[in-house]
Amino acid sequence: MSDIIRLAAIKKVYDTDAGPVPVLNGLELSIAPGEFVTIMGPSGSGKSTLMNILGCLDTPTSGEYWLDGENVASLDEDRLAEVRSRVLGFVFQGFNLLPRIDLKANVALPLVYQCVAKAKRLQRAITVLERVGLARQVNSLPPKISGGQQQRVAIARALVTQPRVILADEPTGNLDTVTGQEIMTLFQDINKESGVTMIVVTHDARVAHYARRLVYLRDGLITYDGSAADFQEALA
Amino acid sequence: MTLWLSMLGEALQAMSANKLRTFLTALGIIIGAGAVVLMVALGQGTQTAVTKSISALGSNLLIVRSGSAQQGGFRGGAGGLPTLKTSDAQALLDLTSLNTAAPVVQQGAQLVYGPNNWGTQIVGSTDAYLDIRDWTLQSGRPFTDTEMNSGMRVAILGQTVAEQLFGSADPIDQSVRIQKSPYQVIGVLAQKGQSMAGSDQDDTVLIPLVTAQRQLVGSQFKGTVSMIMAKANSAQQLASGEAQIADLLRQRHRIAEGADDDFSVTNMASIASTMAQITGMLSILLGSIAGISLLVGGIGIMNIMMVSVTERTREIGIRMAIGASRKTVLLQFLLEAVIITTTGGLIGILIGVGAALGVQRFGGIAVAITPQPILLAFGVSTLVGLFFGLYPARKASMMKPIEALRYQ
Ligand SMILES: Nc1ncnc2c1ncn2[C@@H]1O[C@H](COP(=O)(O)OP(=O)(O)OP(=O)(O)O)[C@@H](O)[C@H]1O
Ligand SMILES: [Mg+2]
Repeated sequence: MSDIIRLAAIKKVYDTDAGPVPVLNGLELSIAPGEFVTIMGPSGSGKSTLMNILGCLDTPTSGEYWLDGENVASLDEDRLAEVRSRVLGFVFQGFNLLPRIDLKANVALPLVYQCVAKAKRLQRAITVLERVGLARQVNSLPPKISGGQQQRVAIARALVTQPRVILADEPTGNLDTVTGQEIMTLFQDINKESGVTMIVVTHDARVAHYARRLVYLRDGLITYDGSAADFQEALA
Repeated sequence: MTLWLSMLGEALQAMSANKLRTFLTALGIIIGAGAVVLMVALGQGTQTAVTKSISALGSNLLIVRSGSAQQGGFRGGAGGLPTLKTSDAQALLDLTSLNTAAPVVQQGAQLVYGPNNWGTQIVGSTDAYLDIRDWTLQSGRPFTDTEMNSGMRVAILGQTVAEQLFGSADPIDQSVRIQKSPYQVIGVLAQKGQSMAGSDQDDTVLIPLVTAQRQLVGSQFKGTVSMIMAKANSAQQLASGEAQIADLLRQRHRIAEGADDDFSVTNMASIASTMAQITGMLSILLGSIAGISLLVGGIGIMNIMMVSVTERTREIGIRMAIGASRKTVLLQFLLEAVIITTTGGLIGILIGVGAALGVQRFGGIAVAITPQPILLAFGVSTLVGLFFGLYPARKASMMKPIEALRYQ
């Protein structure tokens, strides 16, 4: 039970107007603390669905999800919010920053829900923004900076609470190749520095090798789970 | 407590980050609350002003004029031949429902005192006139019986006349000239202010009836009076007083059964109640306009809130994804709505009260500022703002975070 994440027989079926759509068909997955895992798979294979379940933003139709030793299904709404606040950090493809408040306020936002005093919040936010290389932009508004910079802000926001797990769903999807590689290097460095568990979804085989472990999804099932380097060879 | 403070901070930050939205929301409430306060103040002010000026005429008042009621009170009174006599007024004193009666003769005339002169309405009547009109003397004394019976040239001045002729000097025992004859001033009336029609009731001079009949009114209609004012014993006896007067005068004027009266009796209480009805309707009308403003303000608020619902829903999704619980999100939005609506409501009330006072000061329209409409305006605007402020937040907080995040 030392795994930080353990999924057992996870199924997810979306109820749509056209009838039920099964997306995840009984996933089994265990991730140890401090691992760096990329998840790949064709479009529509269920990567985002899986990430949303891992991030406690959505609930599985059936199956068990153990996060940091707790059965997520047994948690009430308040405890779930606390888990999102203290255990998890989420980085989205579309950044999802609040456009009308400045970068340091955006990064400090998760600390509001941990009732950290304002001065302390801003101080921690600025420290993390410095870490992701945005020391000079702390007072800018999100729409005024580039996509790569916005994603760095989002990463800083995920880091500021010092979570156990960072989940990133296609963090490089909206970025050009060079910027994408910079972001992946940043994830790698953070993973090494702090030992935070890192789970990153990507489409791009060229960024997959930043991780040691790779999970490949197809039609809602894991078809490959192993070394990223081996998978590269298998592809080649 | 720290959570409340944090959420208060977030609410204030969100408000200042969305200044236009905050302003438009508050504006709806400001207009609604301000309109309610102003309109109700106007309506109630008019109502009290009307009631006051009717009661200033005198309580339980009955007015008898020459001319038939069917001819119309105005034409009969103003243009018809005078049919009422001093003796008629004397006879009314014996009626059981009446407390007293005063014959009245009215004539415009010029008053002169030294270099000052002033045109005013001269009223010739008896001391009973003061009683009937609930009018007291500020200084001096009423007429004596001798002065009234022998038609001596004595006068009681209204406030305006006294001021115009004497300034701040004491008019008592001075001599003023009315149409060239000298009159001794024996008293000054207390101030009464404007009448319902806006005329100055203090612009008048009272002299004995007999004096007026001899000196002012043409000899053509000797012994006639312009009207008789009578006071019933009580409000309950107004109707019987009216009937008794009509019976007595028909008898005295020998009017055959079925023929038209050559006089009319007006019951001021019935006029008062009619006026009260009219001003009551005015109040309701103004109140409805105010209510509509409040509704329009509310719809404006709703519109703005609905427009921002997508943005807000996504914002709530983001906040929940990074650790906010439903309760904290709702708390933040609740605080935001409360702050906007209460400050908007307070500003609206201040503006409404200010506008009402301005209308009173510069428009000369009476207003009455009472707590009820203020509380109503505040209560309704707050409720409207709270409801429409919380509605999108409640909706969003009920969603799963991922649904709120994806909301289009
Ligand atoms: N809310 C939803 N309601 C109904 N169907 C959904 C919903 N979300 C996703 N789906 C469906 O589930 C399937 C998997 O979607 P998902 O977003 O997990 O795929 P993905 O692997 O992330 O794809 P991509 O690489 O394009 O992001 C798709 O067929 C999608 O249409
Ligand atoms: Mg996806």
